[in-house]
Amino acid sequence: MELVFAKTKGLSDKASHYCPGCTHGIIHRLVAEVLEEMDVLEDTVGVASVGCSVLSYEYINCDMTQAAHGRAPAVATGLKRVLPENRLVFTYQGDGDLASIGMGEIVHAAARGENITVIFVNNAIYGMTGGQMAPTSLIGQKTATSPFGRDQQIQGSPIRVSEMLATLDGAAYIERVSTHDVANVTKAKRAIRKAFETQKNRQGFSMVELLSTCSTNWGLDPVESLGWVKENMLPVYPLGVYKDSTGGK
Amino acid sequence: MAKVLMKGNEVIAEAAVHAGCKYLFSYPITPQSELVAYMAKRLPEVGGLFLQAESEVAAINMVYGAASAGVRVMTSSSSPGISLKQEGISYLVGSELPAVIVNVMRGGPGLGSIQPAQGDYFQATKGGGHGDYNIPVYAPATLQEIVDLMAEAFDVADRYRTPVYILGDGMLGQMMEPVEFKEAVDYEPTPKEWATTGTRGDGAPKVVNSLRLDPADLEEHNNHLQAKYRQIMENEVKYEEYLTEDAEYIIVAYGTVARIAKNAIKTARSNGYKVGMIRPITLWPFPQKPFTATRDQVKAYLTVEMSAGQMVEDVRLAVNGRKPVEFYGRTGGMVPTQEAIYKKIVEIAGGDQ
Repeated sequence: MELVFAKTKGLSDKASHYCPGCTHGIIHRLVAEVLEEMDVLEDTVGVASVGCSVLSYEYINCDMTQAAHGRAPAVATGLKRVLPENRLVFTYQGDGDLASIGMGEIVHAAARGENITVIFVNNAIYGMTGGQMAPTSLIGQKTATSPFGRDQQIQGSPIRVSEMLATLDGAAYIERVSTHDVANVTKAKRAIRKAFETQKNRQGFSMVELLSTCSTNWGLDPVESLGWVKENMLPVYPLGVYKDSTGGK
Repeated sequence: MAKVLMKGNEVIAEAAVHAGCKYLFSYPITPQSELVAYMAKRLPEVGGLFLQAESEVAAINMVYGAASAGVRVMTSSSSPGISLKQEGISYLVGSELPAVIVNVMRGGPGLGSIQPAQGDYFQATKGGGHGDYNIPVYAPATLQEIVDLMAEAFDVADRYRTPVYILGDGMLGQMMEPVEFKEAVDYEPTPKEWATTGTRGDGAPKVVNSLRLDPADLEEHNNHLQAKYRQIMENEVKYEEYLTEDAEYIIVAYGTVARIAKNAIKTARSNGYKVGMIRPITLWPFPQKPFTATRDQVKAYLTVEMSAGQMVEDVRLAVNGRKPVEFYGRTGGMVPTQEAIYKKIVEIAGGDQ
């Protein structure tokens, strides 16, 4: 029989702890496939962050360092600056980690043009701690800490990280993609590949923001969750390339 | 090598370079600023890098990243900055990553002052961040001693896979003294097979991590750390004894304060008071032996610190109630004078005022 699909060598055999309907599994696979296809699994060090993806070091088959909450870009900086030049370093961070407690680290890593790749998973909520409001939560979104819906007068507005970082000269490649259907997952993989190639070509800071789901804390089933991304997140977080100074390489 | 006249902060920097450290991640803060300025010029000469971090928090986490890649790495700061690094230091401990952390102490609490102080003794010797841990703490008293201790600090960090403190104060950082660097020795690097450098050519993926969700796992890890600490307490204690053999009174002081105390002891001796000194060089592990060896012979101990009384607690534990332990301290950047220390000796000895 013809083999039409095989699990990438970039993922371990360990069963993940992610909830049904969560797209972390898809995003892990995309990152792992890209690293395998570029033949850089053995040259890559990943930095796991704090949040639902804290255990990504158990699933992604490369050397991994686990960072304190929000500090992954600083840890990645330390790694990248001392490792041999052919080594690739990436962070895998959620929106609470990157856009709230770790905002300082991500902005300055981008501003320095730190030659790392950031995989930024935005599902507009804190997952692991039980569904609290994130800096990326939408206006009106009900969470454990915004039970009446996020009120702009009280909790401010969602932060658009890709747009913000794109203003920095050090950022070489920034794209926002989504994981809510197959066509977008395919585009997401292309963006991740482009980001790692940007790093491999030593062109500077690269980040892919991936709109993602949290069925458990949104209180929706997996299919409804994908629909929620499309209907509610896409208008606030438009997809597209926000920065590309790589010269089309 | 010939002696050179240098400033304390620059000596710390050059001593680290001599110890094979090529990477410094720091944030500017007085009174350690000369250290980062020196390294910004010096490290490129040895193929290394100084990177000015956006915050103390980022600096210690850059250290965490570099240490996880297996290189010798340092960060430097002063008291308020060291407070900000505590989270990262706890993670270094949990992940068993070697690094050297320099604290050129200033007055506190809060923004405090930029004058010398020893108010961070508790923070350095009793953990400092969250969780159960200790960190080896070296407290040099002279610029030459910085040179002599720095290589050892890096070696201990590597051997025990732990962060290590160099604890000085603003006086030590700002003073100038002649120092002699030994010929640069190619240090024998401790193998770091645990480092995350990419798996090419070295087998299965490695993980640097401090998360252990299973309580039994975490307790086992903590027991492992404690066993390591017992080894450090067994092997790495350092102290100096000065005129303790016949001493009836012993001053206990560390760092620059010990130098002032020495002058007070000279005055006391010339006036007939038998006074000596125990100077802990490692503050953790704290030296017990010189206290058990002297506590039957002496009438009292006097701890002198630039704090409201921190090391004095460890002295009391070591003396264990056998003899009185007196205390004299100044805080906020005020430095104890030798006259004041002498006066305190006379007072304790019940002599003429």
